[in-house]
Amino acid sequence: MIPAAFDYESPASVDEALAVIAGAGDREVKVLAGGQSLIPVLRLRMNAPDLVVDLGRIAELRGVRDDGDAIAIGAMTTHDDVTREPLIRQHALLLSLAAQTVADPQVRHRGTFGGSLAHADPAADMPAPALALGAEFVIAGPSGRRTVGASDFFTDLFTTAIGEGELLVEVRVPKHTGWGAHYEKFNHVAHTWSIVGVAAAVRVEGGTIAEAKVGLTNMGLVPIRATAVEQALVGQPATADAIRAAAQNADQGTNPMSDASADEDYRRHLAKVLTGRAVLAAVG
Amino acid sequence: MGTRRISVTVDGVAYSDDVEPRTLLVHYLRERLGKTGTVVGCDTSNCGACTVHLDGRSVKSCSVLAVQVDGSDVTTIEGLAQNGELHPVQQAFHENHGLQCGYCTPGMIMQSVDLLKDNPDPSDEEIREGLEGNLCRCTGYQNIVKSVKAAAKAGSVSAGVAGGAA
Repeated sequence: MIPAAFDYESPASVDEALAVIAGAGDREVKVLAGGQSLIPVLRLRMNAPDLVVDLGRIAELRGVRDDGDAIAIGAMTTHDDVTREPLIRQHALLLSLAAQTVADPQVRHRGTFGGSLAHADPAADMPAPALALGAEFVIAGPSGRRTVGASDFFTDLFTTAIGEGELLVEVRVPKHTGWGAHYEKFNHVAHTWSIVGVAAAVRVEGGTIAEAKVGLTNMGLVPIRATAVEQALVGQPATADAIRAAAQNADQGTNPMSDASADEDYRRHLAKVLTGRAVLAAVG
Repeated sequence: MGTRRISVTVDGVAYSDDVEPRTLLVHYLRERLGKTGTVVGCDTSNCGACTVHLDGRSVKSCSVLAVQVDGSDVTTIEGLAQNGELHPVQQAFHENHGLQCGYCTPGMIMQSVDLLKDNPDPSDEEIREGLEGNLCRCTGYQNIVKSVKAAAKAGSVSAGVAGGAA
């Protein structure tokens, strides 16, 4: 299928991109990152924007840098780069492991970290790990840049704190050096969306869980932090029995939907089982 | 809603064309350049039949706009053979009957080349994971995996010979 016709701009800088968007007036604008969600949507004519603004030529949006107590990931860094980047593997292993599970290799070569977060699909794999690690989202707009915390970024189904005329430019992820991590994903067949996914990062000290961070994919309209599990884990021995017991809290505060893949009760069950597996794998 | 001029190298040949922004890379390859070796299998980004290499990495050409590849280098299934010699992965698919109807084959081969570049000696499981974005509706996966294994083996042998000769 062929998308409806649109105008196309490929600015070379963030400032230029913001100016193009600001100058679009009443025309509907879509921002193109890696295009692995947007282009299929355009092709199916589920959306027909007047103007597509492609961020692919903006070099400053790509790459990962050490930013003191955090690592800063450019919004246009691909999933494939997130899986390979040594800085991410060292300081935010959870992101690297989750990115490896996104779709398939071809999609990971094009799809971007920032694009996935901005798209905010409830079944996408990167939002829950970003939430769990307490990422901060740097958003550029006509009046400068602002930073939004993870708990305020994902606001609703396919909706984030990024406003009209704004762009997500960078994601700062606090360093979790030395933490164990795992992303446990359940889907029916290869390269399909997560029915439920669990992102876990754990710091173990002398056989005891000192800190734990757990994020849930597709257990509501937005990614959810499993705070009841985190609290239940801290101070527990890093054993299978203790972890499985804590994981029984995984569906607290969630609001999973029923759809063709799974009904609500099944998702609640999956969240508990997968949380146990994820945390157990994370403690190694 | 006009057109844009793109310059792109495809299978070693430089092209310059005016395209509508909505033109998908796969349609540009097939309909403008006549490179019908790259096929459209599903129209939903699932099947991987349209896989090509964009600046050296595999992509689904149904999920890339032609305007996005301005200034880039694209390799299709038609650019793999050199001087009349099949690429080792093509040869391995031929020898191991790594196809049934053949429709998924261009994408399977392009993705297998990408996979082997990353991992020259993959296990069966790594091959299956590496090809997870490519569907064979005939379900002929067994011989596809066998073909990739054979190509990996042939690759290491020829690399060994080349190394020995040098």
